[in-house]
Amino acid sequence: MSEPAPPPREAEPAAKRLDVLAAVKEAAIAALVAFGLFVLLIGIRTEQGPTGALVFTTRFGLLAEIVAAVFVGRLLRALTSREATVSIGNLVPASLKAAASGLAVYAAAAFVAFALLVPIIFYTNRYVLDLAILIVTYTMLGFGLNIVVGLAGLLDLGYVAFYAVGAYSYALIAQSFGLSFWICLPLAGILAAFAGLLLGFPVLRLRGDYLAIVTLGFGEIIRLILLNWQDFTGGPNGISGIPRPSFFGLPFTAADNGFAATFGLPYSPTHRVVFLYYLILALALLTNWVTLRLRRLPIGRAWEALREDEIASRALGINTTTTKLTAFSMGAMFGGFAGAFFATRQGFISPESFTFGESALVLAIVVLGGMGSQLGVAVAATAMLGGFELLRGFDQYRMLVFGAAMVAIVIYRPRGLVSTRTPSVFLHQRKTVPAAIVQDARAGTETPA
Amino acid sequence: MEYFVQQLINGITLGSIYGLIAIGYTMVYGIIGMINFAHGDIFMVGAFTALIAFLVLVAIGVTAVPLALFLVLLVAMALTALYGWTVERIAYRPLRHSFRLAPLISAIGMSIVLQNYVQVAQGARVKPLPPLIQGGYTLFEGNDFAVRLSNIQIIVVATTLVLMAGFSFLVARTRLGRNMRACEQDLKMAALVGIDVDRTISLTFVIGAALAAVAGLMFLLYYGVVDFFIGFFAGVKAFTAAVLGGIGSLPGAMLGGILIGLIETMWSAYFSIEYKDVAAFAVLIIVLIFLPTGILGRPEVEKV
Repeated sequence: MSEPAPPPREAEPAAKRLDVLAAVKEAAIAALVAFGLFVLLIGIRTEQGPTGALVFTTRFGLLAEIVAAVFVGRLLRALTSREATVSIGNLVPASLKAAASGLAVYAAAAFVAFALLVPIIFYTNRYVLDLAILIVTYTMLGFGLNIVVGLAGLLDLGYVAFYAVGAYSYALIAQSFGLSFWICLPLAGILAAFAGLLLGFPVLRLRGDYLAIVTLGFGEIIRLILLNWQDFTGGPNGISGIPRPSFFGLPFTAADNGFAATFGLPYSPTHRVVFLYYLILALALLTNWVTLRLRRLPIGRAWEALREDEIASRALGINTTTTKLTAFSMGAMFGGFAGAFFATRQGFISPESFTFGESALVLAIVVLGGMGSQLGVAVAATAMLGGFELLRGFDQYRMLVFGAAMVAIVIYRPRGLVSTRTPSVFLHQRKTVPAAIVQDARAGTETPA
Repeated sequence: MEYFVQQLINGITLGSIYGLIAIGYTMVYGIIGMINFAHGDIFMVGAFTALIAFLVLVAIGVTAVPLALFLVLLVAMALTALYGWTVERIAYRPLRHSFRLAPLISAIGMSIVLQNYVQVAQGARVKPLPPLIQGGYTLFEGNDFAVRLSNIQIIVVATTLVLMAGFSFLVARTRLGRNMRACEQDLKMAALVGIDVDRTISLTFVIGAALAAVAGLMFLLYYGVVDFFIGFFAGVKAFTAAVLGGIGSLPGAMLGGILIGLIETMWSAYFSIEYKDVAAFAVLIIVLIFLPTGILGRPEVEKV
């Protein structure tokens, strides 16, 4: 590699001065653009007046602050970015990096151990327990979607549909037939898997972005049906009074045949929360275990082959139809399990809980985790929902920050938090590879026209 | 019969709005092969910009409706085009050579940002605007039902036709249009023959956003209310229109828009209004399955 010779020393001051000028110019342009963007939408606030007509108030102070912030920010970036050619990633020696990737196994074990201990550590803190349940639920959804997106490489923007099918299946079956949670759970999973098949059949021929949009449409269709089929689903009012789970037949009540009385414990409502936590943790670990095992089976290898190159895998005799359908229904089944859990935990469900935003959140978790990495999904779910909690006081900014984070992550860390992969198939020795050489979700060799 | 004709008129008006948005999708998809998921929200930003610009103009004393509307159109187009440019610059350009899924995820993030930005800045409640353009013509009457063609419907369709003509001219006859068509065929080759690819892509986003702003203004005038969530459904339907007409094809986008508008209106009129969005999504799925290249699209050749 021949590097271009460094510029002569005496030229530097002049170049530097020019840099400052150029930076100021750049910052001024950025500020001008910011002014154009925000002058109407932030500078002027419309409100419905007492007569019903719109009135407006001006907020030019805020506008000026934002434009000034953009100017200063752009200026600082323009002045500093030229010198910062050494990134932190390059400072870490390669041997240390290799050791770190070996640590991933221990990190995963530590993560699971901590997850198991959460109810014991935080037994008295109901808030943390509820948050932990939420995080594990999304981790499970992430694992489920990971089968479709990370392994089979099919981009699914309507994953929430299966979550909804699972939740409504559980709620309706449990209410109409009085069956227990443990019978309804597999039924909800099976019904969601059927929904996955139903979606899978028509979209088999689609690729990449088209597939994404169709799955998005499917998710919305399910939501709109739930919203409008009043007799069956209760419409916008949803379904309430969904039976709570019992400890293998022992309800969590203060009654004599309840959980607490049977085991001779003083009654506490926390028992149920702890039980729910272990329930979802067991489901999530089951999903993880099944995924890891499936990756070693022929079907899992077929998924990964499909992700890498659809045409090549077809040429090798892989039946792409069944491969895609199994991926869809597997992912859907786990989504259905999570949905059933969601229904029994909340006791109330409505179409409000199954919007496109949920699909986007689960997809963001999978992408942020580094598509295909199980540990990454768990870390990303924790980071994402933990971050949401930190922003609790700023509810209206929550989604704004979430969207911006999604853009920033894709730009600055496109391979996700865990950006190494351990291939399922290897020669002589198992080793991790950078995710950059693994293909991404696109399923097919579509080239832009 | 009269009822049908009335629905036909309504459907074509709605379809014109979808068609204008669909052009933005079809151009961007044609050139860089990505679904600009945030385009629906650009349309929403356009509608809000138009609304606020109109309020400001009234406040400073421009009350003549035609002049005010013309100024609003210019302001909305300019500022929304700036949004289109910024979104491309921030969220898509750094990802030009990234993995294939990256721009789509970034676009979804951008869509969430735009929606919530407008919600934070302007509030979540719907914004009403009193009808500015009233009156119309009764075409014919029969069976106690009068078929009406309102002035606003005429304006929407006429504006769309003018813009379509102007835009077709731009693509077919100007230097920029030639650059755009070259980029559509092959980005790398276009760069090799001296076309500034970055600039062409930026301008594509700018033009698409400006047309979306016009659609936003039309939507505002036609329905009289906007809120921060209109972009999602309008965006998906416009994308459906682009796919139905054949993605990459400009007349296709317009044709698809009108067909989607008609399907939605007819479905609401004859079946159920609750399921009109389901109808639009179902059309999208059916078209993609049975007619993946759309009505006027070129068949895609699979290369290994």
